[in-house]
Amino acid sequence: MTGLSAAAQRSSVVVEIGGLPICLHCDNPVFIRLLMERYAGYIGDSKQTAFDFDIELAAPGTKFGDKDLTVTWNSGRWLMDRGDFHAEFNPTTAHGHITQTVNSYSLDSVLRIVHTLLLARKGGFLVHASSAIRHGRAFIFSGVSGAGKTTIARLAPPDAALLTDEISYVIPEDGGYFAVGTPFYGELARVGENLRAPIECVYLLAKGPENRIEPVVGTEGVRALLRNILFFARDPEFVKLAFEAAVDFAGRVPIRRLTFVPDARAWELIK
Amino acid sequence: MSDKPYVARSNMIAARVLGNETMVMSASDSTLFTLDEVATLIWESADGLTPLEEIVKNKVCTQYDVSPEVALKDAEVLVKQLAGHGLMLLSDRPVAQPSEFPKVNP
Repeated sequence: MTGLSAAAQRSSVVVEIGGLPICLHCDNPVFIRLLMERYAGYIGDSKQTAFDFDIELAAPGTKFGDKDLTVTWNSGRWLMDRGDFHAEFNPTTAHGHITQTVNSYSLDSVLRIVHTLLLARKGGFLVHASSAIRHGRAFIFSGVSGAGKTTIARLAPPDAALLTDEISYVIPEDGGYFAVGTPFYGELARVGENLRAPIECVYLLAKGPENRIEPVVGTEGVRALLRNILFFARDPEFVKLAFEAAVDFAGRVPIRRLTFVPDARAWELIK
Repeated sequence: MSDKPYVARSNMIAARVLGNETMVMSASDSTLFTLDEVATLIWESADGLTPLEEIVKNKVCTQYDVSPEVALKDAEVLVKQLAGHGLMLLSDRPVAQPSEFPKVNP
């Protein structure tokens, strides 16, 4: 059986990130196949899903309103709108609907938003950061665009498993925090490995003339973390949950500043 | 300021005291503020029932070497700034504060 015929016989695919299986249904088998390729490594078992989304494909070029993203809570549903998609989901029924054109970029954005909203309730979050596992421990490298997230990921030694070069997934578990792999990538254009490990440290990235690690004291770490945590919803309770998740995390996981010369020697400091 | 002597923390915020500082995030636009030690003292005392002048006199001036006049002037600037960002409420009468953050989604 070829990959194409296998995809044509199913109208759904389960994408499981961070242990949360989301089933995506669509009548278009070509699109399902596209998703299976896009989320390879994160395809789960369709019999065990936490959420179901029906995807309706619009004609190419369809616009969905404002270019800027809005995420709002209305009448028991989260509504998500951007120029390239409209989506909504009901957390109580665990069911949602997405309207978009044929592309994985829009769905990628919806999945990031959905995971952000659901993680906040668990005390977790998504953060603009690359992350990797080395010697059984996860390291998170956070920073704004251009700080070096992709660079440090690209420089990772062979014994490091890259979880993502763009969006790190942080979840509280067993009294600590774990980083888990995601298919969300940046410039590296490489899906992260579907692995998880306890977080050892967060490094706030800065490129500089020498490699050095400095402690981050006081509230600076929380402020830096909050600057990079994904905040999609302008919903008061969501903001409060995300804020508390970040503060709790910063109180338990060391945050340091890593200034690095963009070459592989930076990884000699990461232990 | 004398016509609005009562100050209360808004319920549309998330806040946490960390050491001597307080981090306050606006729930409406996610803007983050950090209050220093003295501002934290005023923030924690802003119960909507105690006049600002009394907070300054009983909390600030008892812990810091500052005259009530200077401290009050500084406190008035602070609470006006916080009120301007929606973090604090100013009123000419006691303010009843909601006991908990409003629940808007499950």
